[in-house]
Amino acid sequence: MMAKSTTKRLLLITLVLSLVGFGLAQTKLTFWSWRTEDVDEYNEIIAGYEAEHPGVDIEFQAYETSTYQTVLSAALSAGEAGDIVHVRAYGNFETIADFLLPLDDQVPALADFPRLALDGERRRSDGRVYAVPFASQTLVVYYNTDIFSELGLAPPETWDEFLSTAQTIKDNGYIPLANGTATTWMNEVFMGVFGPNFYGAEFFDDIMAGEADFTDARFTGALEKLLELRPYMTPDFEGIDYATAQNLFANGLAAMFAGGSWEIANFRDLNPDLNFDLMPGPAAEAGQPQLVSWFLDGGYAVNAASPNQEEALEFVRFLATQEFGQQLTDMLQNISPIPGVVSTDPLLAKVAELNQTSTPYIMLVGFRYETPSGSVMMQERLPGMFAGEITPEQVGSEVTEGIATYFAPFQN
Amino acid sequence: MKDGPNLTRTPPAKGGFRLGRRASRAIWLATLLVPPALLFLTFVVYPMISALVYSLYEWRGISRLGFYGLENFRTLLFDQPWQAWTINAFWHNVVVFVTLMVVQNAVALVLALILGSNPRGSRFYQVVFFLPVTLALVLVGFQWKLFLNPMFGVVNKLLDALSQGIERLVGLQVDLSQPWLGQESTALVALILVNAWRWLGFPTIVFLAGIRSIPHEYFEAARLDGANEWQVARHVTWPLLAPAVTIIVILTFIGSFNWFDLPYVMAGLDGPPGKSTDVLGLYFYRTAFGEVSGGLQNFGQGSALAVLMFLFILVVSVVWTRALRSREVELQ
Repeated sequence: MMAKSTTKRLLLITLVLSLVGFGLAQTKLTFWSWRTEDVDEYNEIIAGYEAEHPGVDIEFQAYETSTYQTVLSAALSAGEAGDIVHVRAYGNFETIADFLLPLDDQVPALADFPRLALDGERRRSDGRVYAVPFASQTLVVYYNTDIFSELGLAPPETWDEFLSTAQTIKDNGYIPLANGTATTWMNEVFMGVFGPNFYGAEFFDDIMAGEADFTDARFTGALEKLLELRPYMTPDFEGIDYATAQNLFANGLAAMFAGGSWEIANFRDLNPDLNFDLMPGPAAEAGQPQLVSWFLDGGYAVNAASPNQEEALEFVRFLATQEFGQQLTDMLQNISPIPGVVSTDPLLAKVAELNQTSTPYIMLVGFRYETPSGSVMMQERLPGMFAGEITPEQVGSEVTEGIATYFAPFQN
Repeated sequence: MKDGPNLTRTPPAKGGFRLGRRASRAIWLATLLVPPALLFLTFVVYPMISALVYSLYEWRGISRLGFYGLENFRTLLFDQPWQAWTINAFWHNVVVFVTLMVVQNAVALVLALILGSNPRGSRFYQVVFFLPVTLALVLVGFQWKLFLNPMFGVVNKLLDALSQGIERLVGLQVDLSQPWLGQESTALVALILVNAWRWLGFPTIVFLAGIRSIPHEYFEAARLDGANEWQVARHVTWPLLAPAVTIIVILTFIGSFNWFDLPYVMAGLDGPPGKSTDVLGLYFYRTAFGEVSGGLQNFGQGSALAVLMFLFILVVSVVWTRALRSREVELQ
């Protein structure tokens, strides 16, 4: 009787110990993201990491892009989100910063990241960085190389060249610029592509320092210039939405498309036979540098409520390595801000080169933290400006007025 | 025994206690009522109360800060730019309701009157008019978005052909094709017309059922007395159709002020172009759950907006239903 219960007890202890051991051996982490199109690539990268870190089992869970922010913020506040979470940058990131671990003292590699990239995941109240920046985006002009060589055109470098190039394209029966104004956020992108070369490299810092506001002639002058593009946009551009514009360019009906670096992958998907290249927005005058708008797309953060913080941090440290950055660039065509990462793709390499002469994408980087955001104020006014219902000066003063409700430097 | 308690009728359960008929009926009712009541409490009453509570707090993103009184309501109604957004969205809901009453429900009434007189093929038309109601809304939205596309859409192709025809016939140069969804002047109307196209069959069927339930003798009596078709419609059908009208008016009102899905699918979350298709539903969603280009999401303001919408719809619906009901009595 005694012997039997000892055996039983021993068996039970062994069982418990092995379960604990199994639990220790297999720490399960979940990694939440909005990148539904990148699931296979992430799984491959994770498999490589797991092979080098036995005992960690990471599950990549992708949620629908447009609702991700809502799902993530609700889950974080309920303490149910993944251990590692893919977060956006700037204002969208700050919404959820309360629920994330500060990383600047946990991930040493962050010290070598460019300051502008870190600023995207920096909380303004405590100045600490909460996510490892993962990719940046740049706003450029795409052009169809077949149409350009058919018409004997070279990529225009100045505004005047751009307009005359567009006229030649139009005269030959192509749509010069695929863009329309029906999709709200694309209007801000449109300004981000062409605006910087008119408002200049110092404008962003002047704005943030309160030395200028959006009634500044540099800014309203840039808006004014956009109107000169109207004859070259798709006919009835007011009703042309993002998807239509993408398709017009991808199918060779339009020769140019003003958009973000994320379109490289989209155009290749839409039409694998499309021959295209990209260029920065044209300079105001010959001899001036061609500026591009730049912003951080997001980062990798650790859920402060995760029961496996150490393992999650270890994984996030891996996400800050050059090895991972190179994989990300090669497999996902992202532009990694990790120092030392080189892109083998010619278009991505070109974007990386353009980033050398970049200026922050003004409203996203500076004014998406509070309501009314600078982006919303701009986006809701640009269609009216294109339709001739309000002037660039009105846009400038209304945007300034809206931002002044929370931005102290505009209040005096 | 006969007048005694009703215990002997049901044989006692083995080793258990016996239940009176009243008690077993109560248990039976409870098993039927408790699950739906719990569902109602969990998914209707609880969210409503929590929205009310949320609206009284200050929020930073999704973090709840201190008690805020009625500040969220004040911001929405009296501070810029919220006030302008609130008024703009509310006004569009009003436009939606009025336009739907005219183009959707009035047309439906005419169709029902025609179908009610049983013309040839009335069954066929009944099905045709009702068909769009059965289509998935997202499908309808995307399909019409394609129809209205200025480059590829069938609507502008037809209008171009029409313009050319007019030019050839009358010599008048016109361009009827428009970027319908891209202009502030036409976007909302285009959305409302698509909505009417989709829902037309519903009020038609309700009115038709109302007309068919009117005893046939009434019409015969009126006609014997020498009434013409207009007089029959005006003095027999219309008064007796009052209950159907009440239902349609109230449903259209609630639907118009909760309008969200179609503008979301066809225009987008921010009511483009330039907020010209913004309605309270979209505005609420953006405020509470945020949007990619927006600032911080604000549960407090979003909840306050939801509370305002709820109260407005509730009060107007109740008052108006009462008025319409008493009108039904008067008419009859």
